[in-house]
Amino acid sequence: MWQEEFEASPSRDDGLETSTISGIPLQPLYTTADVPRREEELPGRYPYTRGIHPSGYRGRLWTMRQFSGFATAAETNRRYKYLLANGQTGLSVAFDMPTLMGQDSDAPTSRGEVGHCGVAIDSLADMETLFDGIPLGEITTSMTINSPAAILLCMYIAVAEKQGVPPSQLGGTLQNDILKEFIAQKEFIFPPSPSMRLVVDSIEYCAREVPKWNTISISGYHIREAGSTAAQELAFTLADGMAYVDACLERGMHIDDFASRLSFFFDAHIDFFEEIAKFRAARRIWARWMRERYGAQLERSWKLRFHTQTAGVSLTAQQPELNIARTAVEALAAVLGGTQSLHTNAMDEVLALPTDRAARIALRTQQLLAYETGVANTIDPLGGSYFVESLTDEMERQAEAYFKRIEEIGGVIPAIEAGFFQKEIADAAFRYQKELEQKRRIVVGVNDFTVDDEEPIEILRIDPRLESEQAGRVSEVRRKRDGAQCTNALNRLRKAAAGTDNLMPYILDAVRAYATEGEIMQAMIEVFGTYTETAVV
Amino acid sequence: MAKVAAKPVRIVVAKVGLDGHDRGVKVVARALRDAGYEVIYTGLRQTPEMVVDAALQEDAQVIGLSIHSGAHMTLFPAVVDELKRRDATDIVVFGGGIIPDDDIAALKKRGVAEIFTPGTPLQEIVDWLRKRFPEQTRKP
Repeated sequence: MWQEEFEASPSRDDGLETSTISGIPLQPLYTTADVPRREEELPGRYPYTRGIHPSGYRGRLWTMRQFSGFATAAETNRRYKYLLANGQTGLSVAFDMPTLMGQDSDAPTSRGEVGHCGVAIDSLADMETLFDGIPLGEITTSMTINSPAAILLCMYIAVAEKQGVPPSQLGGTLQNDILKEFIAQKEFIFPPSPSMRLVVDSIEYCAREVPKWNTISISGYHIREAGSTAAQELAFTLADGMAYVDACLERGMHIDDFASRLSFFFDAHIDFFEEIAKFRAARRIWARWMRERYGAQLERSWKLRFHTQTAGVSLTAQQPELNIARTAVEALAAVLGGTQSLHTNAMDEVLALPTDRAARIALRTQQLLAYETGVANTIDPLGGSYFVESLTDEMERQAEAYFKRIEEIGGVIPAIEAGFFQKEIADAAFRYQKELEQKRRIVVGVNDFTVDDEEPIEILRIDPRLESEQAGRVSEVRRKRDGAQCTNALNRLRKAAAGTDNLMPYILDAVRAYATEGEIMQAMIEVFGTYTETAVV
Repeated sequence: MAKVAAKPVRIVVAKVGLDGHDRGVKVVARALRDAGYEVIYTGLRQTPEMVVDAALQEDAQVIGLSIHSGAHMTLFPAVVDELKRRDATDIVVFGGGIIPDDDIAALKKRGVAEIFTPGTPLQEIVDWLRKRFPEQTRKP
């Protein structure tokens, strides 16, 4: 018998964990006995474990969408044109911290932050520069922004108007996922309730006016990067998704009117098979909940579509060239998991924003997977693997157990307020760090296989003069605009915020009047207030 | 109260700047607490003034700063300057985050005692503190 022979064989005995990076115990071998008999699953068929398209990547490859943005709108515009010329197929905007936190470049707390981890956008004028010469009717754009998401979407709509492109033709994705901000990334501004109102406002507005836009990208990425396990990422993200569905239903929307515009965003971490299982389980769980619990009738409402980014947190500052290899493995997991779009991290992102060269290698890694390796030729090639099927089931079991716990606490928002997610994530992060310290897990170049003298690699520097230049630009916008028109638009927005109207048309008017992002946020803060979390260690 | 040798070192740990990435700061805070230090975590989005306020109020000997947004060259020295302004330069400042090598040298020149970058073993941070405060590490 194999079992006896296995046990009689010498084992490696190196003290390393044999569980997944998330701590799921693994058997040395999986067989038919580990996979329950179930009806044959097929791609494009409910519950979509094997993919949402019947043709997989035979019909269409994933979108290669590199997240980028730095310094000024003009510099980022140049990078976008460079990426598009190099074969990238969609844009993805990274905003700087002041933009993400809804404040202008000349605000006192923006000091030192302008243009550093993304592009600085203060008003419609910057957005016009950002997309100058890029036809918005022909490309799709993803915008990673949350608390001020509605404002940036309105800016995009307004730029398109100026290009003569109607909102109905715009395609793209807004991250707009405030729940994971409270849970993990912490870029919240308003309290949960008005935050959710803004999310639902944008979903409702887009269902009518911008029907091709993915109004929300429900994100596990940040949850995972904050230290969660794969199962926690899966469970918390899908639980957030259901909370958005519940909020939209409460607004009186019909499930099939918005469900197909909900999209997801996952991390692709370094534990290869666990990630593939996570992606497969995500599709199966979502399909079941949408059809059975929410009663969605349209097939497209059942299909979980997702973007993937390789794990920033897996990259190492030590021997950074190794990050190219890590990213390739993670990207392969995303592809074998059936992602719709993919961002591959650049090797130097653990040190700074990527250089042109590092950004190109990251994009080329995807092209290599798509065109050289042959992995896109067969749909869900790991389907039927005893191991992957069993791990997919295990992911599903763990996620369902978390859904029960969240429900017992009273739902996602009460669980946020109780610090439930935050503690689960911090515990998992600490556990993992301990495993590294004890060398029960190895990160090559960090706690083993290190070198003493490392040659520094070239990194991208942001010119410190940029901050005052950008501050100058925003004050010029304030000077040149029609002051009365702007003030009126902001007053109307403030009044609407105190009522129950959908705020999108009011925000759009303020944007068109060149109100700055900080001014629009401030108008809403005056009504909604701000949120401070109780810090737990 | 008379100063006793066993008085534990108090450390204010803070996130300065606008980014909310608190994985690292929380892991370090827990590790320092496990190592016997008294750790006060301020939470997110602290201005340099708020950090120094907290350190003075808590009678801390050490400030640990974390940042991931790239604003370290502005905000770390701003904390040091604020300590000078408040006549509290005996408080030791160290930091961590996404910080390139060249910047580390510049920050040390500006009065930041040490910078720990991604991949630093927690023990290394603890060892560094033990060296700085040899008599005062453990809780009584």
